[in-house]
Amino acid sequence: MRKPTRPAIYGVMAEFDNPTDVVAATRRAYEDGYRRIDAYSPYPIEALSEAVGPHKERLPLIVLIGGIIGLIGGYAMQYYVAVWNYPLNVGGKPLHSWPAFIPITFETTVLGAAMAAIFGMLALNGLPEPYHPVFNVPNFALASRDRFFLVIEARDPKFDRDATTGFLRSLGAQEVADVEH
Amino acid sequence: MASRVDEPHDDLIHVTPNPVIEPGHTAASVTDKISALVLKRKTPLAWYIGFFISFSLANVLMFTIAYLVTTGIGIWGNNWPVGWAFDIINFVWWIGIGHAGTLISAILLLLRQEWRTSINRFAEAMTLFAVACAGLFPLLHTGRPWLAYWMLPYPNTMNIYPQFRSPLMWDVFAVSTYASVSALFWYVGLIPDFATLRDRAKSGAFRVVYGMLALGWRGSARHWHRYETAYLLLAGLATPLVLSVHTIVSFDFAVSQLPGWHATIFPPYFVAGAIYAGFAMVLLLTIPLRKFYGLEDFITLRHMRNCAKIMLATGLIVGYGYMMEAFMAWYSASEYEGFMIKNRIWTGPYWWTYALLILTNILIPQVLWLRRARHNTVLLFIVALVISVGMWLERFVIIVTSLHRDFLPASWAMYRPTMFDWSMFVGTIGLFFTLLLLFIRFLPAISIFEMRTILPGAAPKAATSDE
Repeated sequence: MRKPTRPAIYGVMAEFDNPTDVVAATRRAYEDGYRRIDAYSPYPIEALSEAVGPHKERLPLIVLIGGIIGLIGGYAMQYYVAVWNYPLNVGGKPLHSWPAFIPITFETTVLGAAMAAIFGMLALNGLPEPYHPVFNVPNFALASRDRFFLVIEARDPKFDRDATTGFLRSLGAQEVADVEH
Repeated sequence: MASRVDEPHDDLIHVTPNPVIEPGHTAASVTDKISALVLKRKTPLAWYIGFFISFSLANVLMFTIAYLVTTGIGIWGNNWPVGWAFDIINFVWWIGIGHAGTLISAILLLLRQEWRTSINRFAEAMTLFAVACAGLFPLLHTGRPWLAYWMLPYPNTMNIYPQFRSPLMWDVFAVSTYASVSALFWYVGLIPDFATLRDRAKSGAFRVVYGMLALGWRGSARHWHRYETAYLLLAGLATPLVLSVHTIVSFDFAVSQLPGWHATIFPPYFVAGAIYAGFAMVLLLTIPLRKFYGLEDFITLRHMRNCAKIMLATGLIVGYGYMMEAFMAWYSASEYEGFMIKNRIWTGPYWWTYALLILTNILIPQVLWLRRARHNTVLLFIVALVISVGMWLERFVIIVTSLHRDFLPASWAMYRPTMFDWSMFVGTIGLFFTLLLLFIRFLPAISIFEMRTILPGAAPKAATSDE
C-alpha cells in the first residue's frame, strides 16, 4: 500500500565534474543538516563515503561469523563422519586423527568467510535492486563514466524543493535536476 | 581501512620511466576505450582466427571425452606401475597456471602494487578457465564422472563416507573452494564494470544482459564503501587460500611414501612453481592482447618488466627446490632416494626429460637478468613459452620418473602417452583459449573502475580531504 505522505519527487540531484567538488558539496550538505543524502561516483572515494554521514561497519563482523561457521562446521563434519558415523581403522591411526582434519577445516573456513563477505556485501547494499529512481535522470548514465552526483532525498525533513535546489546550485554544481520516482 | 584512491599518484605516474598508464588519459577516455573493446570496436581478424583454432581444439576435447566415457580410461597410456600420468600432470599444470591470477588480484592488492590494476581482471579470468581445465582431469580419471558427487560427504543409502585422512579428499575441498571463491571474487570485481557497460550499451539485448549482471549497481558512496571492505577482505582470504591450494596439491605427492614424492620441500616449491608457470601464462596472453587490441597505453612495459622479475625470482626458488631434492637424496643416505635421483638425472630412460627440464626451466629463463630482455616483448613471449613447457616437464619428471621404477624390479615399466592422452591435453588448451577469447569479446578485459582510481587527479584534493 502506498503511503499517503509520499513526496511528489524522489529528490534533487546535483552533478559535478570532479571528485574535489562533490566531496566538498556533500560535506556542506551534511553540515547544513541534510541527512537523507547519497553521493554517486564512478570509482570508490574514501572521503566521499565519509562525507555522506557516519555509518556502522557491519560487514567485517558478518565475515568473521561466516568464517567461524565454516571452521566449526568443517571440523564437526569430519569428526562426526570419522569418529561416529563411519569409523575406519587406517593404519592404526586414532579415529580422531585431528592433524589430518586441518586442511579441510581451513578450506571450509575460507569458504564460509568468503561467501559471507560477498553475500553480506550484496545484502547490506540492497542488491540486486532492479529499479532505482536515480536512473530516471538521463545524465546519471555518466555516473559510471566520469561524473559525480549528490542526491538529497525529498524524505529528508529539511527538504524543500526550491530551497534545496538553490542550495545545491550554490555549491558549484554543473547541473541540478529533479529526480522522479 | 586502506583506500586505493586517497593517495597522490601523480608522482608515480610522472617520475617512473614506464608508467602504469601512459599520460594523457582521463576517466572518460579510459572508460570509453575499454568499454569500446566490447561494445563498439570491430572484432579484429586475429580474434576470429584465434577462436577458430581454439574452438576446433576444444572439439577435439569433446570427442576425446565422448570416447573416454563410452570406452573407459584404458584409452590412456597410464598403467601399473605408472598409475598416474597425464591426468595428474595436466591437473597440476593447469592449477598452477591459475595461481598467478589470484596472486595478481589478491596478494598484489594487499601489497598495494598498483600496476596490477590493468592486468588483474584478465589474470582472474585466466585463473577460472585454468581451474576449469584442471578439474576435468581428476573428474574424468574417476572413470565414472557422473558419480563424481560421491566424493562429497552427504548422507546416502550406501552408508559410506569419504576418507578425510586422504590428501585426495583435501584436494577435492581445496580445489572446489578455490574455484568457488575465484569465481565470486571475479564476479564481484565485474559488477561496477557491468554497470558501466549497461550505461554505454546501444543495443537492447546487451543492455538487458549487462543490466541484469550489474544487479542495479549505481555507484552509491555507501555501496562503494562496503564494496571496498568486502573486496579487501576477499583479497585477505584469497591470499592464504591460494597458498593452501597448491600446498594441498603437493600433499597428494608429499604425504605418500614414494621416493621422489615424499619430501618436505614440496609445498613451498610447488607454490613457487605455480606462480612461475602462471606469470609465464600471463605474459603469453597479455603480449598478444595488448598488441592486437592496441592496449599498450594500459599494459605498459612496466607490467612486462615486473612480470619478468617475478618469474625470475620464482624460477630461482624452483631451482633451489631441484637442488634440495638432489641434496636430500644424498644427505638422507636412503638407498631408495639415492637410486631415484640417479635414475631421474642420468641412468634412467627418462634422463632427457630432466635435462630438458633444467634447460627450459632454469637455464633459458636466466636471460631475464638482462634489462634489455625484460623490455623485449618478443623475447619475453618466447621465454614465457619455454617456461610453460618447462613447468609441464617438471610435473612429468616428478610423476612419471618416480613411478616407473617400483620398489620391486619385476614391476618396472615404461610409460608412453597414447594419442588420447595428447588429444585430451591439447583439447584443454583449446577449451582454455576458447573461453578466454569469449571473455575478451564480451567482458571488459581490463577493470575499468580500478583504472579510474589510479589516474592522476582521481583523488579529491588534499585541501578538502583533510578533516
